[in-house]
Amino acid sequence: MNESKGRFGIHGGQYIPETLMNAVAELEEAYNHYKNDEEFNRELKELFNNYAGRPSRLYYAKRMTEDLGGAKIYLKREDLNHTRAHKINNVLGQALLAKKMGKTRLIAETGAGQHGVATATAATLFGMECVVFMGEEDTIRQALNVYRMKLLGAEVIPVKTGTATLKDAVSEAMREWTSRISDTHYCLGSVMGPHPFPTIVRDFQAVISKEIKEQMLEKEGRLPDAVLACVGGGSNAIGAFYHFIDDESVRLIGCEAAGRGIDTFETAATMNVGSLGIFHGMKSYFCQDEYGQIAPVYSISAGLDYPGIGPEHAYLHDIGRAEYVPVTDEEAVCAFEYLSKTEGIIPAIESAHAVAHAMKLAPTMDKDQIIVINISGRGDKDVAAIARYRGEDLHE
Amino acid sequence: MSNIAKAFKSGKAFIPFITVGDPDVETTKKAVLAMVENGADLIELGIPFSDPTAEGPVIQGANIRALAGGITTDKVFDFVRDIRKETDVPMVFMTYANVVFSYGAERFISTCKEIGIDGLILPDLPYEEKDEFQPLCRQYGVDLISLIAPTSKQRIAKIAKDAEGFLYIVSSLGVTGTRSQITTDLSAIVKVVRENTDIPCAIGFGISTPEQAKKMAGLCDGAIVGSAIIKLLEQHDTDAPKYIGEYVKSMKDAVRSCI
Repeated sequence: MNESKGRFGIHGGQYIPETLMNAVAELEEAYNHYKNDEEFNRELKELFNNYAGRPSRLYYAKRMTEDLGGAKIYLKREDLNHTRAHKINNVLGQALLAKKMGKTRLIAETGAGQHGVATATAATLFGMECVVFMGEEDTIRQALNVYRMKLLGAEVIPVKTGTATLKDAVSEAMREWTSRISDTHYCLGSVMGPHPFPTIVRDFQAVISKEIKEQMLEKEGRLPDAVLACVGGGSNAIGAFYHFIDDESVRLIGCEAAGRGIDTFETAATMNVGSLGIFHGMKSYFCQDEYGQIAPVYSISAGLDYPGIGPEHAYLHDIGRAEYVPVTDEEAVCAFEYLSKTEGIIPAIESAHAVAHAMKLAPTMDKDQIIVINISGRGDKDVAAIARYRGEDLHE
Repeated sequence: MSNIAKAFKSGKAFIPFITVGDPDVETTKKAVLAMVENGADLIELGIPFSDPTAEGPVIQGANIRALAGGITTDKVFDFVRDIRKETDVPMVFMTYANVVFSYGAERFISTCKEIGIDGLILPDLPYEEKDEFQPLCRQYGVDLISLIAPTSKQRIAKIAKDAEGFLYIVSSLGVTGTRSQITTDLSAIVKVVRENTDIPCAIGFGISTPEQAKKMAGLCDGAIVGSAIIKLLEQHDTDAPKYIGEYVKSMKDAVRSCI
């Protein structure tokens, strides 16, 4: 009997070329060793605290709470981390692991550019080479991040195939990995791809929910009633959910990018419009046609513009433990502006999808109930695109 | 004897690949018949996938052109039904796991049997995930072809032991596409394969010239060529079948000359 690894219910697995099988096995073995290694954990904690700036704050959004007139709203400020997003948590973990494995080169895919910037940063910090694959379309939408990566010494390769967005960047990074394995670690940016990536990335991001839980108990003496996070591949969401999965009183809500609406083809809301499939190394839900051709998805957010979702989310959906709701471009842009104006916090357009759903949910809840929104990143990178959406050209 | 075994019974095999529907099924049909006429022993028919992660730029291009031309899995099946009236050459599908899965694995694999497809090559289905389709493949008598890579090392023996049809040995790291040199120690890999199985093995990835084909087939039981054929389609479009026929003849002659 063959042994399929890394399953979350029926999802997950290792659907990758034979060429990569020993590479993922080697990665799994190294991870299983180092995750319990005292020295590794001490080094990682040091990096989290003194380089990335953890723990990130849990902020009570008083004005937003009063304005919406329902549940108490807390913001988990992952946007305050070094490199401005939650992505650094995973990257520091994987880069440290890669270094211990003797790798000298990191490759990564990126959508909005946040994971690429984080990988370029970690590569610099660890004295490693770095190559980032980014859809050509995204290099235009997120030109600022392209320049940041170059400034950090990374090579950015625009991917022109397919829809020239995140999925194509993942495909190209996988192709690159099959051609150069011995010195190269593929620093995958989300809880997706073949085992052991969904588990490794989740474990490094789980620091988010560990902190939320501690901070919430300290501030309120109880657990929140709902935790909200945006979902593309799903790394910030799984990070925010993980330590609450066994606390059944806590609703876990993933906010998907609906683009122009789930009744249109211009959407990336995988749980709402997708079906079961096998792609990018995993079995999970994907936006695809009846013949299994992957759909050209769309969202205003380059970071959520992905036709699949991580296998653990697919499982949490199947067992009804987490809910996945669609949020349109328009709703996300309104939330982007709303949080800027009520709290003086400009969220990433990705995170604004979670803010948008909180704006609908909070007024339906009691005042003694509590919502936590994971603000996975900050919105500086999006300002020009939002201005354009509102018909203003900033001549960048 | 399975139909695939027949491809290897009279000396070294030459195995060309073509993406069905690039640029249209009429051209694919003419090209496949030209391959058969010129000595192809087994033909790999590619069912296009939107995101072929194991392919280099050349075969990616063929996938895109074929999909843009409106090919679907059902149309590929119709194509095979049609061409089976004219040839009994062994044929296998090469596609991605999602194409089989989304069609319904049993519906897909039973249709393979019905229309005369002898095997299935899925580059994103490694040994550990074979159970996804292996039981159905056995039930319907369609060989699920296993791949071995330059990085397989200690995995070679177990993969070879369980292999069916033929073994596809990937010559080099990376994706499909022509290479000026193949540097992997393939004879060492073939040696381990031979110790663990009696089924034939063929080398693919990076082969484009008769000299390379002769050298590679000399190490095992056959040579597989894809990108070089797709390049002829890129270059000559609907006129390509004639050039493909000439090319297959030169490659088959080279392979035949191995001892």
